[in-house]
Amino acid sequence: MAGKMKKRWIALYTENEVGVLSKVSGLFSAKSYNLNSLTVGTTEHPDISRMTISVESDDVTFEQIKKQFNSMVEIIKVIDLTNVPIHMKEVLFAKIKQIGPEEKAEVFRIAETFSVKPVDIGTDAIILESTLTERKNDELVSILRKSFKHIDVTRGGAVAVEGISTSCR
Amino acid sequence: MEISGSALFVKALKEEGVDTVFAYPGGNNTDLLDELYKNPEIRVILPRHEQALIHEAEGYAEATNKPGVCLVTSGPGATNTVTGIADAHYDSVPLVIFTGQVSRPLIGNDAFQEVDIIGMTRQIVKFGSTVREREKLAERIKMAFHIANTGKKGPVILDIPKDVQTEMGASDYPKEIHMRSYRPPEGVHVGQLKKAFSLLQSAKKPLILSGHGVMMSGAEDILKAFAETMKIPVVTTILGNGAIPVGSPSFVGNAGMHGRYAANMAITHCDVLFSIGTRFNDRITGELSDFAKNAKIIHVDVDTASISRNVVVDIPVVADAKTALEKLQEWAKEPEGASLKELDDWRNTIASWEKEHPLSLSVKEGVDPKKVMEGIDEVFPDCIVTLDVGQHQMWATQFLPVKRERPVISSGGLGTMGFGFPAAIGAKAACPEKKVLAITGDGGFQMNMQEMATAVVSGLPVTVIILNNGYLGMVRQMQELFYDKRYEATSLCDEKGAYVPDFVKWAESYGVPALRVEEEKDIESALCKARESDGPFVIEFMIPSEINVLPMVKSGTPIDQMILE
Ligand SMILES: Cc1ncc(C[n+]2csc(CCOP(=O)(O)OP(=O)(O)O)c2C)c(N)n1
Ligand SMILES: [Mg+2]
Repeated sequence: MAGKMKKRWIALYTENEVGVLSKVSGLFSAKSYNLNSLTVGTTEHPDISRMTISVESDDVTFEQIKKQFNSMVEIIKVIDLTNVPIHMKEVLFAKIKQIGPEEKAEVFRIAETFSVKPVDIGTDAIILESTLTERKNDELVSILRKSFKHIDVTRGGAVAVEGISTSCR
Repeated sequence: MEISGSALFVKALKEEGVDTVFAYPGGNNTDLLDELYKNPEIRVILPRHEQALIHEAEGYAEATNKPGVCLVTSGPGATNTVTGIADAHYDSVPLVIFTGQVSRPLIGNDAFQEVDIIGMTRQIVKFGSTVREREKLAERIKMAFHIANTGKKGPVILDIPKDVQTEMGASDYPKEIHMRSYRPPEGVHVGQLKKAFSLLQSAKKPLILSGHGVMMSGAEDILKAFAETMKIPVVTTILGNGAIPVGSPSFVGNAGMHGRYAANMAITHCDVLFSIGTRFNDRITGELSDFAKNAKIIHVDVDTASISRNVVVDIPVVADAKTALEKLQEWAKEPEGASLKELDDWRNTIASWEKEHPLSLSVKEGVDPKKVMEGIDEVFPDCIVTLDVGQHQMWATQFLPVKRERPVISSGGLGTMGFGFPAAIGAKAACPEKKVLAITGDGGFQMNMQEMATAVVSGLPVTVIILNNGYLGMVRQMQELFYDKRYEATSLCDEKGAYVPDFVKWAESYGVPALRVEEEKDIESALCKARESDGPFVIEFMIPSEINVLPMVKSGTPIDQMILE
C-alpha cells in the first residue's frame, strides 16, 4: 500500500530568511523522514532561495513530505522533480592518497572513463573533480573505493533544474 | 513622526483590535510593558507563571475566536511558554506570542537570559521569527496576526530584541498584508465535493465523524442541518463534542479510546465514513489497520498535510469545514424509498448497540462523578466549561452534554495537565458576563493552582470543581488494568493516606470560599452556592479513589474491541 522505497527529488523555493533551512531540515528529523541530501543557494531574486532535496521514501511518505512543505509558511513553491525532465549535477572531489606510479595511471584511466578532471596532483596523491549526476558519482566512488585504499571523498549534494527538451538525472 | 519600536508594538495591537494582553515582565520586555502602561485601553493580565499565561491566552482565544496575545521576557520567561505553545499548536488555537530578546549585539554571546526561543519552538509554531530590523517590525506583527488567525489556525511567535524595542522608526502599520508564500485555502474544489456527496448518497451505512475543525469554523448548525436532512448519524471526537446536540436524531456520541461502544461500532461497520475537521489521531483510530475497515473514507480538512497522513483516504477535500458543509447542504435531499429503509435499519443498528452498552459508571461509596456532572448540567445550564486532563475529563466528556450555551474548552492533542484552571481564567477575561467553570483533577489542578492569585487579583472569578480521587487517576487506571495494580508514583497522599494539600484551607488563604463535598446529597447545594457567588469558588468533590473510565480501548488495539467493565 505504501509503495516501495525509492529515491525522489524535490525543489523548493523559499523565503531567503534566517531559520528556513533549519525548519526544512528539522522536518526530516521531527517526522523521521530519510534525507539523502539537501543543497541551497539563492536565485535571481536575492530574497528567494532554492533548495534541491533528495529523499529516500515510499509513495505515501513522499506525499506527506510534499504536503508538509506546502503547508510551511516560509515555502513559496514545492516542485516534485521525481518524474519530470531535469538536469542534475553534483560537485564531487575525490582525493586519492598514498599511491605509486602504477596506481596513478589507474586514476587517470578512471578519470578518463568518467570524464572527470584531475585538478591537483602531488608525488603520491591526486585530486579528481567531478560534476556528474549523483548516480554517476555514486559509481565513481564505488570504483575508487574498490581500487584504492586511501581516499577522501567530499560531495556537495545534487542541484537540479527542470529541463526544457532533454533530461539528465 | 518617528516612534519607538515599543510604541509601534502597541499601535499595532490597537489596530488589530486587541483588548487584552497576558503579560509577565522581565528585563527584556519592560519597554514594551511601559508602552502598555501608557495605553490603559488595553487590559494587561498578570498571571503567576508563563505556562499558565499561555493557557489563559488559549482560553481567551477559544472563547472569543480572536487570537490570544501574550508577552513574556527572554530566557526563562520564554522557555516557560513552550508547553503552552505546543498545546496551542496541537489544538490549532490562534495565539500571537511576543518574547523579549537580548539586544542584537548580544545575540549569540550566551548573554544573561538569552535563549534561542525561535529555534526551540520551530516545530511547534505555525510561524516564528526574530525581528532583527526595526523597519520590519510593523510588517512582522501584521504577518503574525494574519498567519495565526487564518487557515489552520495556530500559535505564532515573534521575538523582539530589546534594542529594536527602543529604536526609533516609522510609525506606519499596514492595513493588509500579501504573502507570496502563504495562501490559506479559500473555497472548495466543487468537483471533489460532488464526488464525496455522491458517495455519501449511495451509502447504505454512512457515518459522519466530526472534529474540532467543525467547531472552529462555527459549522455546528450547518452540520446538524446536513446530517438531519440526509439522515446520517454523527460521531464526534473529544474536541468535536457538541457539534451535534444530544437530542438530535443524528447524535451518536464520542468515538475513540473512551468513546461510546455504539460510536466505535458504527465506525467499524459503516460503509462510508465522512470525516470532517479531524486528523485521525491515534486516540480516535486505535489500531489503524482495523479502523473503518469496511468503509470508503472522505476527508475534509483545511490542512492538506492532515489528509491521508494517518489513514489513507479515498476522497480528499481541502476546505474549511463550514465552506464545505454549506455547499453540501445545497445539494442535500431527504432520502426516500429503499434508501430511506436502509438508513433506518442502520440507525436502528446503532441504537441497539447503544442499548447493549450505554455509558455507565458504578460507584458504591463516596461521590459519583456522573452525579456531579448531572448536577452541573442542572445548576449551570449556560456557562463556559474548561477541562483538565485525566479521568475527570473523560467523565465530563461522557456525562456533561455540550451545548451551544455551554461550550467546553479542553486540551485535546497534547493532553496537557494544568490546562483547565488557567484556561478558565482566560475564558473569563474574554467573557466576563458568563459563568466559567473549570473541571479539574486533583493532580492537574496542582500543576497551575498558583493562578488562584490571578483570579483573585485580576478580578476573574471562576468556579473550580476538583474531582479528588487522591490519585493521578488516569495513570492509576492503567496500572490497575495492565500492571497488576502496581501503583508507582500515582498516589497523591502521604504515607498515612492523608491528602496534601487541604484544598479548602488553601483556598481560604486566598480569601476564596471553598467546600468539600463527601456525600452525594450535598452535590447540588454546593453547586448552587458556587452559582450564587460572584467571586472565585472552589468545590472539592471526594470521589472514590479507584474507579475507572469505561469503556476503554487499550492503546494499539482495534476500536471495536473495548474493555466494557
Ligand atoms: C503535563 C502532563 N504530565 C503528565 C501527564 C500524564 N497524565 C495524563 S492524565 C494523568 C493523571 C491526572 O491526574 P488528575 O489530575 O488527578 O486527574 P484524574 O485522572 O485523577 O481525574 C497524568 C499523570 C499529562 N497528561 N500531562
Ligand atoms: Mg486525580
